Amino acid sequence: MTKPSWFNRLSILFGLAFLYLPIAVLVVYSFNGSKLVTVWGGFSTQWYATVLANPSIIEGAKVSFLVAAVSATAATILGTLAAVVMVRLRRFRGRALLNGMLLAPMVMPEVVMAVSMLLMFVTLGIDRGPLTITLAHTTFTLCFATVVLQSRLVELDPSLEEAARDLGCPPAKAFVSVALPNMIPALVSAWLLSFTLSLDDLVISSFTTGPGASTLPIKIYSQIKFGVTPEINAISTIILGIVVLGLVAAQLVSRRSEQRVTAA
Amino acid sequence: MSSVAIAPAATPSATTNWGKRLLIAIPYAWLLVLFLAPFALVAGISLSTVRLGMPPFEPLTAWDGSILNLRLNFENFLYVLTDDTYLLAYLTSLKIAAISTAAMLFIAYPLAYGIASCSPSSRSLLVFLVIVPFWSSMLIRVYSWMSILRNDGLLNALLLKIGLISEPLRILNTETAIYIGIVYTYLPFMVLPIYSTLSSADKTLIEAARDLGCSRISAFWRVTFPLSLPGVAAGCALVFIPVVGEFVIPDLLGGADTQMIGRAIWLEFFNNRDWPTAAAVTIVLLALLVVPIVYFQSRQARAQG
Repeated sequence: MTKPSWFNRLSILFGLAFLYLPIAVLVVYSFNGSKLVTVWGGFSTQWYATVLANPSIIEGAKVSFLVAAVSATAATILGTLAAVVMVRLRRFRGRALLNGMLLAPMVMPEVVMAVSMLLMFVTLGIDRGPLTITLAHTTFTLCFATVVLQSRLVELDPSLEEAARDLGCPPAKAFVSVALPNMIPALVSAWLLSFTLSLDDLVISSFTTGPGASTLPIKIYSQIKFGVTPEINAISTIILGIVVLGLVAAQLVSRRSEQRVTAA
Repeated sequence: MSSVAIAPAATPSATTNWGKRLLIAIPYAWLLVLFLAPFALVAGISLSTVRLGMPPFEPLTAWDGSILNLRLNFENFLYVLTDDTYLLAYLTSLKIAAISTAAMLFIAYPLAYGIASCSPSSRSLLVFLVIVPFWSSMLIRVYSWMSILRNDGLLNALLLKIGLISEPLRILNTETAIYIGIVYTYLPFMVLPIYSTLSSADKTLIEAARDLGCSRISAFWRVTFPLSLPGVAAGCALVFIPVVGEFVIPDLLGGADTQMIGRAIWLEFFNNRDWPTAAAVTIVLLALLVVPIVYFQSRQARAQG
């Protein structure tokens, strides 16, 4: 496996084309002047103007961003704790159960988690709205955040922290001042991953929301049910743009800190 | 793993012991209350009876004077397990998940293999390109296929133009569209685990096989492919399990004649407002998925060492 053969090149080309062509179609048609989705009516940004003038979409976007920001922050904090527990405390009672609860949401069908969390909120008597969506999103993004943080924590050399502790630093402080700064790229990508997963979620939000708290995907979904419109293409392009920008930024952050580590 | 050594070997002070317990307790409590306990509630409510009002189900227990009455209604389960539409929905979901997992393997494996054969610098770019769609909105990516697959969509326009067909094909709102949507949406989940086992496989083994006269193809089947099986298994589990309960793809791309179980739960909840039946459908779905989920978890746990 030294040089990619023509077969390898072909499969990469085919795979990436499959992944990107539909997205490209969507982006291109968001600039379509025609209202008909399949007829090209010249370049136009009118649908972006329509989106930005639509108060319902803007309201949904506000709810979504707030929920995503709060739940991503909570998931990153809880994920850090969970990663420390799983990596550093190798043996304690109930470890297998915790590990199972951290892994299961990754494959659990969303509908199952959505139904169960809704019933929990109803039983606890919590009014459904932004708060319940945030709690639910924190729970399902927590496992993804933990995986990212765990894999970084495993690579981390524990000897520095050990040295700090030997010099009389309490363990918690040693972790925060020695290990945590080395985990910044992982923390950033855990946060971004949780943020985008939350921003994107439709099923869990639909079940755990209440009247007056519709997230952007809920609004997009109800519009899609009526059919394909250029306006949705424009919203989608904006969301895709935000995600790609965030990803590139995260990539740059981790590359720079890697370079700093290798330079040191 | 070296991190074993850092667990303080000396007698830990009382404060660190309490700190440790607190550290374990916080994520534990969160997941117990919001992830595990809710399943018990679903199980409980699946044995309840539907009623008007909020919450739309009867409580399981009631005080009758000094007697605690426990009413368990198994009718929902009898209904779900004997009703043809639900049985069909379960079977359809399992069938669609199995076929699309297999189809994905055929696309994902060559792609992962191709990426693994590239130089390290182009590898990281290619992996990044596979990850980007995984991070972008699934709803949007499913939606993007709607304008391609419609009767007057781009695919039909293209096929008509090059003369392959004389009449537009009906693809949107069929099972074919569901397959396309699932393979497309879940592909990165299959590519990444396979790629990670392929790229960490010991290349000297393949060289040794080649040196000993193995042809390129038989070296692949006898050495590379068996080494990548853990990645294949992880990818299949990551795809198959959530796809069985998929809602968005069958709802937007599928037709009324293909019912998948995730959509059945959604409709039971939002259209029929029958929470106990929806809970029973969910419990049966969970029971179907317990084996693959436990398999996935034990694999992951072993992989973590």
